Amino acid sequence: MTALPPYAQLLGLTIDQDVTSDRPPRLVMPPADHLAGRPGFLHGGALSGLLEMAAILAARHTFGDEPVAIKPIGMTVDFLRGARFAPTYARGHLVRNGARIAAVTVEAWQDDETKPVATARMNLSLTR
Amino acid sequence: MADRADLVAGTAFDPARFARLLSGLGHNALLGLGYAAHGPDWMELQLPYADRLVGDPDTGVIASGPIVSLMDMATSMAVWTRVANFVPLATLDLRVDYLRPAVPGRTVTGHGECYRLTRRIAFVRGQAHDGDPADPIAHVAGTFMFTDAA
Repeated sequence: MTALPPYAQLLGLTIDQDVTSDRPPRLVMPPADHLAGRPGFLHGGALSGLLEMAAILAARHTFGDEPVAIKPIGMTVDFLRGARFAPTYARGHLVRNGARIAAVTVEAWQDDETKPVATARMNLSLTR
Repeated sequence: MADRADLVAGTAFDPARFARLLSGLGHNALLGLGYAAHGPDWMELQLPYADRLVGDPDTGVIASGPIVSLMDMATSMAVWTRVANFVPLATLDLRVDYLRPAVPGRTVTGHGECYRLTRRIAFVRGQAHDGDPADPIAHVAGTFMFTDAA
């Protein structure tokens, strides 16, 4: 597994399970004052950062040892519920693994995986 | 850390002062966001380059997450600037197109605009650039909900 970049470390992200399974790894972002947005809630930008990292991680997981350069093209985030100060999890899923483009969906949740706090779609440009 | 009470105290809404206060709080402070300029329905904030924001260590290019944070803040500030009041908002959705990577070392400027207001929803758009507004690095479109609207 490749090391997480500095920005992921700034957010406090770690891979907390499923590293060896077929499922893409799950990221966790612990709550912190420096991730705060409006009072009592996590910043939408921090959530977006978590979703982005989970999307790229899902792609890396799928590619395995194949050297693929990944560039984000665009991202659409839906904020479904206010994210409170609690551990926030995210996992991405490749819905299309093309020659040049990967389309990824990502979900972020807190205590209940069936009640996401945010979801995103992301298109990644691939150079194989 | 500014006192949150400062944000709602006083009579006249001052977007520049408000932007400076919000920039010192929470995640905005972590990223180092700063006030640049504003108009009747727009706000410009700046994101200085920092090694800890890097998403790709091979190139030194900053991650897209900080750009999203910058644009989320610039566009929500544009809403508050247009309504001339600090009303509770929640981001509903935000779409970001990454037009090109930001050049490592350069400060990123985010320009957010509120182009339409309804009773419940504010519609926003914006662009980010790293020195030349005519050569943007990202384009965004989004919506916010007024959480105290009926």
